[in-house]
Amino acid sequence: MSKSTSPDKPLKQIHLAAHFPGVNNTTVWSDPEAGSHIEFSSFAHFARTAERAKFDFLFLAEGLRLREQGGQIYDLDVVGRPDTFAVLTALAAVTEHLGLTGTINSTFNEPYEVARQFASLDHLSDGRAAWNVVTSWDAFTGENFRRGGFLPQEERYSRAKEFLTTAHELFDSWRGDEILADQETGTFLNDAKVGAFVHQGRHFDIQGQFNVPRSPQGRPVIFQAGDSEEGREFAAEGADAIFSRYSTLEEGQAFYTDVKGRLARHGRTHDQLLILPAATFVLGDTDAEAEELSREVRRKQVSGATAIKHLEFVWNRDLSAYDPEGPLPDIDPDLGEHTVARGRAQVRMYRDPLATAREWRELAAANKWSIRDLVIETGNRQSFVGSPATVAEAINSFVQADASDGFILVPHITPGGLDAFADTVVPLLQERGVFRTEYEGTTLRDHLGLAHPDATPSIPEPVSVPTPDPAPTSVPASAGR
Amino acid sequence: MSSSPSPSSALPFSADSAPPAALHLAVALDGAGWHPAAWREPVARPGELFTARYWADLVTEAERGLLDFVTIEDGLGLQSSHFTEPDGRTDQVRGRLDAVLIAARVAPLTSHIGLVPTVVATHTEPFHISKAIATLDYVSTGRAGVRVQVSARRNEAAHFGRRTLPAFEDVEDLGRPEVRELTADLFDEAADYAEAVRRLWDSWEDDAEIRDVATGRFIDRDKLHYIDFEGKHFSVKGPSITPRPPQGRPLVSALAHEGPTDAPFRLLGRSADLGYVTPRDAGHAHAIVTAVRAEQDAAGRGDEPLHLFGDLVVFLDDAPAAAAARRERLDSLAGQPYTSDARIFTGTPAQLADLLAELAQAGLTGFRLRPAVVGHDLPAITRGLVPELQRRGVFRRAYEADTLRGLLGLARPASRYAATA
Repeated sequence: MSKSTSPDKPLKQIHLAAHFPGVNNTTVWSDPEAGSHIEFSSFAHFARTAERAKFDFLFLAEGLRLREQGGQIYDLDVVGRPDTFAVLTALAAVTEHLGLTGTINSTFNEPYEVARQFASLDHLSDGRAAWNVVTSWDAFTGENFRRGGFLPQEERYSRAKEFLTTAHELFDSWRGDEILADQETGTFLNDAKVGAFVHQGRHFDIQGQFNVPRSPQGRPVIFQAGDSEEGREFAAEGADAIFSRYSTLEEGQAFYTDVKGRLARHGRTHDQLLILPAATFVLGDTDAEAEELSREVRRKQVSGATAIKHLEFVWNRDLSAYDPEGPLPDIDPDLGEHTVARGRAQVRMYRDPLATAREWRELAAANKWSIRDLVIETGNRQSFVGSPATVAEAINSFVQADASDGFILVPHITPGGLDAFADTVVPLLQERGVFRTEYEGTTLRDHLGLAHPDATPSIPEPVSVPTPDPAPTSVPASAGR
Repeated sequence: MSSSPSPSSALPFSADSAPPAALHLAVALDGAGWHPAAWREPVARPGELFTARYWADLVTEAERGLLDFVTIEDGLGLQSSHFTEPDGRTDQVRGRLDAVLIAARVAPLTSHIGLVPTVVATHTEPFHISKAIATLDYVSTGRAGVRVQVSARRNEAAHFGRRTLPAFEDVEDLGRPEVRELTADLFDEAADYAEAVRRLWDSWEDDAEIRDVATGRFIDRDKLHYIDFEGKHFSVKGPSITPRPPQGRPLVSALAHEGPTDAPFRLLGRSADLGYVTPRDAGHAHAIVTAVRAEQDAAGRGDEPLHLFGDLVVFLDDAPAAAAARRERLDSLAGQPYTSDARIFTGTPAQLADLLAELAQAGLTGFRLRPAVVGHDLPAITRGLVPELQRRGVFRRAYEADTLRGLLGLARPASRYAATA
């Protein structure tokens, strides 16, 4: 990494999180050290390791329909995962400080229920809840839900934004001082209208009273993933952190500059939005050993069968007749709606399949790569490979150079893959003074350096009773700070 | 009323067994207790109702008493003293946490007791609840259940904005044709909901995860199944995203009252492993048991075990007068006598044990006790009633199983799809 830290700039503190790998080919389930990805003991082990290492939070992704390819359930990666809320809340019982971040979809849920669940998680974890708001619109996933429906792609952010706004209205419907619980006078609440809300919008027309009191963090920390123009703007407007997928220094810096540059327009400051790319790692005693191990891991992650399936994400046609150790197909991808791989966000990354196919053929020809070599070389690259000292240095340089504020680490072994990082890399970061040695606060907002939303916003009058003719309710997601 | 046991009773607790049959015992947890003034008792901890420690203490106490399970009440609106609408009161406990998450939070802190949160079938998604309860089963290693509830409250429907419900005022209104129709529809929808949830649990066969390194396959996809459930109100494709939980199928339970429609008992008959019922006395208990067994036979499940638990609100003290005085004191604090859908018992643990024995004779297999004041009556159950029942030889002296199904004598079911695959 060429760019060094200027001497007058104070050292940034690095934020670290751990992602329990889900259904993709990061996890090398065939490794003898791989354990269960579904038993609670695996999640507890992983969470305890992250907490031992003083990580900011644990992160869980979500999927609401099993992936299919070629009309059959995809069977090459880990399949199956737990419910996000239930497993995060259980983890609150076996940890004390670790933040608990879960992906919850805004398309196949309703604001009242999700707000209740996050407020409950925040209460039951003493202020450690975070919500990664994602959108989905496909009819394929919708087949699992009574709502059944799906959204046109252009409406997904519209619904997500209104969902988040509505949830914030619900979180803010309790000021935090309503519960008196005065046994002498018999006054439990000081306000009969606690939780009163009215929301009338394009996607939600709801009113009533929210029934969970204000939680320790006021509302959960909000994370957002998504790299489109809309996604970046959505995050800049109201999220506390954004997941990015840029792991090279230059790309990371460009993304960082762009997104942080949007904050001022929304009346927000530079430190109110954290940028956290996902990153994998492979550690060895020496850099050479780590490189060797990394090559092995990548071959285990991409079997011949997996390579063919990955090629189908671009070609959108059955390629099972091709030899993974042979050359790339000289036929062109099928254009139009993707019908081969379903329930997989990855296919949307290839917006111009013809160009991707051409580029890949050229790459493979130039390097004499087989299909499998190509998939190994173009995907699943480890972000950090080396000795603990090398990895610590790389992570620190990246953060100090403003390519990110930290990383969400995804080990390739479940659940023990984080242990070596906790034991060898974290102490080196602590020695450099760029990572905490103890938790300074108790809530996730404390760990992330985010302000707590006003516990008692100065509302002069109690919220008015819902009436049939409600006032406009389009409160910006960032209101109340 | 016939005195012979129902032909469908496959349980080991039939009415004519000679020695006193073992009883099952659950406790229903709700805020500071079921009496609306419970929170004002010195033992209540009304400022802690929204903390994990409060719930952990209650469930740990119930486990100390070797109870089969706890239920955790829930609702999608503020509690109300009114039958169908919010009441705007500030002198009673209002607000609650999500029951499934309370159960998940206490699961790692306990090891034997069953955890049965309430879910509202009317406004939630069977797919979400199926994976949430399956996950509760994983985090508790086989102790999960669910209590399926319907909501006819218009204010709760307005929290979701997807359906409007007709107005009605009180219990008498349940006989009105449109309210009868609504009730039947909501309960039948809940039965569909429970059925979809159970099919999702079955949608993975037990040995679907194969990790076959030779072929590179993590699962055998032939052991995963689309459920293709289609009901009047919704359809669900499947399979679940969560593998089959430790118990195969966690316990499905529901509270069902005798009323103007058969739908509540039909829900028990169609899809429940356990029903909570509200008998006034032994004769009434027998009539209820007979009616539910008939629904069970009609649903073609006559050969499957179906527990029926009597629900009772309890004020327990060492002297009968003390219990009665406590109830009076709480009624006076509340400003009105306490009423309930369930019989209210006031007395000593020994007297309660007598009553339970009498009701059990009518074919009930257990009881769910609703502590009037949880800080007082829960320990009275675990430290007073339980030893009394043990002395009589009708309650366990140690946990004899690690799963909730095991405690209730229910076999672990095979996946319905495995049987027909």
